[in-house]
Amino acid sequence: MTAAPATAASTATAATLAVDGLTVGYAGAPVIDGLTLEVRPGQVVALLGANGAGKTTLLRTLSGLVPPRSGRVLLDGDDLAGTSVEDRARRGLAQVPEGRSVVTELTVEENLQLGALWRHPGRAGRRKAVARAYELFEPLARRRDSLGHQLSGGERQMLALARALVARPRVLLLDEPSLGLAPRVVAQLLGVLRDAARDAGLTVLLAEQNVTSALSVADRGVVLSLGAVVADAPAADLAADPALRHAYLGF
Amino acid sequence: MNRPVTGTRARSVRAIVVRAALLTLLALAATFALDPFRNYQLAVIAATFCATAGLTLLVGLTGQLSLGHAVLMAAGGYGYVLVAGPAGDAGLPGPARFALGLAGALAASGAVGVLLGLAGARLRGPYLAGLTLALVIALPAAATQIPGLGKDQGLSVPFEAVPGPLTGVMVVEQWHAWIAIVVAAVAVTPLVVLRSGRAGLRMRAVHGDEVAARLAGVSPARVKVGAFVASSLSAGLGGAVLAVVTQNVSPGRYSLAFSLLLVVAVVVGGLGSVGGAAAGAALVVLLPWVVETVASGLPADVAQRLSGNLAVAVFGALLVAVTVAWPGGLAAATAGPRARLAGRLPRARPRPADPSSGPSSDPSHDLRPEPRPITER
Amino acid sequence: MDRLVLLVSTGVARGLVIALFALSLVIIWRAARIVNFAQAAMAVVAVYVAFAVEAATGSYVLAVLAALVTGALLGAWVERGLMRRVSGRTPLPGMIVAIGLVMVLQSVLGILFGPKHRPMTPVFAETPLSVGGVPVLSRYDLFVLVVALVVVAGLGLLFNRSTLGLQLRASATAPEVSRLLGVRVPRMVTIGWMLSCAVAALAVLLLVPTELGLNAHSADVLFVHAFTVAVLGGLDSPVGALLGGVVVGVIVSLVTGYASAGLAPLAVLALLTVVLLVRPGGIFAPKEARTA
Repeated sequence: MTAAPATAASTATAATLAVDGLTVGYAGAPVIDGLTLEVRPGQVVALLGANGAGKTTLLRTLSGLVPPRSGRVLLDGDDLAGTSVEDRARRGLAQVPEGRSVVTELTVEENLQLGALWRHPGRAGRRKAVARAYELFEPLARRRDSLGHQLSGGERQMLALARALVARPRVLLLDEPSLGLAPRVVAQLLGVLRDAARDAGLTVLLAEQNVTSALSVADRGVVLSLGAVVADAPAADLAADPALRHAYLGF
Repeated sequence: MNRPVTGTRARSVRAIVVRAALLTLLALAATFALDPFRNYQLAVIAATFCATAGLTLLVGLTGQLSLGHAVLMAAGGYGYVLVAGPAGDAGLPGPARFALGLAGALAASGAVGVLLGLAGARLRGPYLAGLTLALVIALPAAATQIPGLGKDQGLSVPFEAVPGPLTGVMVVEQWHAWIAIVVAAVAVTPLVVLRSGRAGLRMRAVHGDEVAARLAGVSPARVKVGAFVASSLSAGLGGAVLAVVTQNVSPGRYSLAFSLLLVVAVVVGGLGSVGGAAAGAALVVLLPWVVETVASGLPADVAQRLSGNLAVAVFGALLVAVTVAWPGGLAAATAGPRARLAGRLPRARPRPADPSSGPSSDPSHDLRPEPRPITER
Repeated sequence: MDRLVLLVSTGVARGLVIALFALSLVIIWRAARIVNFAQAAMAVVAVYVAFAVEAATGSYVLAVLAALVTGALLGAWVERGLMRRVSGRTPLPGMIVAIGLVMVLQSVLGILFGPKHRPMTPVFAETPLSVGGVPVLSRYDLFVLVVALVVVAGLGLLFNRSTLGLQLRASATAPEVSRLLGVRVPRMVTIGWMLSCAVAALAVLLLVPTELGLNAHSADVLFVHAFTVAVLGGLDSPVGALLGGVVVGVIVSLVTGYASAGLAPLAVLALLTVVLLVRPGGIFAPKEARTA
């Protein structure tokens, strides 16, 4: 894959994503419990923690798929309460959800067009945006007319990422993008992600079980346990400090 | 998993049977207070109750919507006549003829029920509904095309006269009401017993999450077929009773409109609630009659337009309103007051309102507050 | 031989109307993944409005437009006003509400207009044209054929070549992912309903001149036939609906002609049963899970 063209000018600037005292889940058993977190513009934050720690729930709540019981989600200081899922996407909050989120009945081209649609209702603008995506993700260009279910796991995840980026979001949430992928593919994917984030000025929140890979592209690591933040440190520190790693990441 | 739980189960089954017997005796006694027309209506309600009790369990517990339950009643009716008719011609005495007729009804409706159940096990909701819809629309065609079914006029049913000893005491309508009530009790009580035990749990499990149910060792196909067969046997008995009470079996009686009324009855009464099914059966029999009576006071052509249509409009509106606003139906809406009433009666212990059980059929209404067994194996 | 040709061509003509109605079921399936059991009743209401418009203006074209617009508005109103208030976790509440709606619509129509069938003169002649001395399709049948082909072509273009169609397809098959991409999924569902009910209204409007006339129950049998067609052709496939409609129409016509009219519903039932149980996916459909 080629590196992101350095001249790609961004028309959308990265945003601050903040969470304030967020509680999600059932009355007696919250999945997220009074969580507070801030991701500054352009930062890449790795969201770590065991299964069931609340990573997926947090991302779904941020996107509006799950209503919180209390607390706020703020995009550049604007409270997103009451904003629908699709409107949050149109405000620049994109997500690559867990699992194979590619629309399998559509072709690669159609998936990308779908992603670009709200920002580029006109065909010309959309074609340019999709062409840019093909430059960033060359293998997709070769599979332009393949249906989603004909792609390999790595290609699908690449498509999901490309599709999320094609509309130039300001904040990108990713839920376990490396799941089920070979290490080489994961490295490629995260490399593209880091480059895109840097060049487009993108704020990224990356939920991952693959700690090493995540920390290698992130600026900061936030560890969740039982729905609350238990550690928040620069990625390099987390990766290097055995005590921190052992205490919160189990290795 | 191998703990003997027969003691508890036998007690709750006995409680159900005792309560059913008491309610039956109450209903039989009540017939003395009613005039012949009301007794006729009561008989029709009892027959309809046989069908709605089964349908409410089918839809409420296993989530399978059948738009053709009228066909199951029709199978019961035709099955009854096709056996009881020749039996009567052969000179068999009344009770034997009646019993044989019921056996015929059960055989016919059971057969159709098995076929529908097999279809239902393979098909998802809208497809099963569509299939049963096609079935009930094809019924009149089947009746006219298949020889021996009497075409549109249908077949007439051997008359059940009041037996000798009782002739001075009651007229024929009351006797028919007695037949209907007893048959309904015999048809519905096993359903209540089924629902209160493992079968009921399995049905709920399959409706809730089939994969999980399968992992727990429950076979969704078998449960669905079983539910269909149980509800169709009950509906078949109802059809047989309806045949006896109206003395006629014809395709016009078992139309799509009637099938839809059965759906209205179970939704308004509360899906899964047998008491609700009883209330619903009363509703769909009595309301049209009320509307007719009111409409007859109006000028002729208005009355003609309203007749038949107004009741259907009300029922349709009820169906929509109940599904949107009160998904639990009458049973859920009255659960609170019923529990409070039960709390005031001398012998019953206070217990939390269970919206899925009806007033006459709650299996856990045992006198001793034992925990409901949930791990029977 | 003549009889066979006549029966087959009649069957094709009737089948095209069934196909159109089945198309409406395909649309709502492709856009919202449901079967609308109230489709026929809603279409009949739209055609009553079309009748009124034709009576008032004398114009068939305006009547067609009235049917389309009324159908679309009814579809939007039912979807936003009723279906959205109903739990969508299982299809059951939606089906029950649809049935209640059918009961209300048909009975209100019966109260307002009575049971009489209102005849409609077909806009083109119904006498069959002769090809080599053999009566084949009539001008009206050809008109229906043209309409059906135009609708199929139009829908094909819409769903496969337009951005609206892309959003409709995505919303139906992957609603959550589509919302995350900024697609206004609820709006797509409403649009799907509007398109579907408009096409259904058109189908019933084309049907009425060939039958006794319009009354509240005109479209009941049509719904069952169209449902069978949709199942046969696969709810996902417009071409399947077209071909399936012709097949069902011809079968009904042959059964009626060679056996008796009374057997036709049984033949349809048998066909439906066979397809549902033996080839649940329909003849043309991709692997749509229909089995429990």
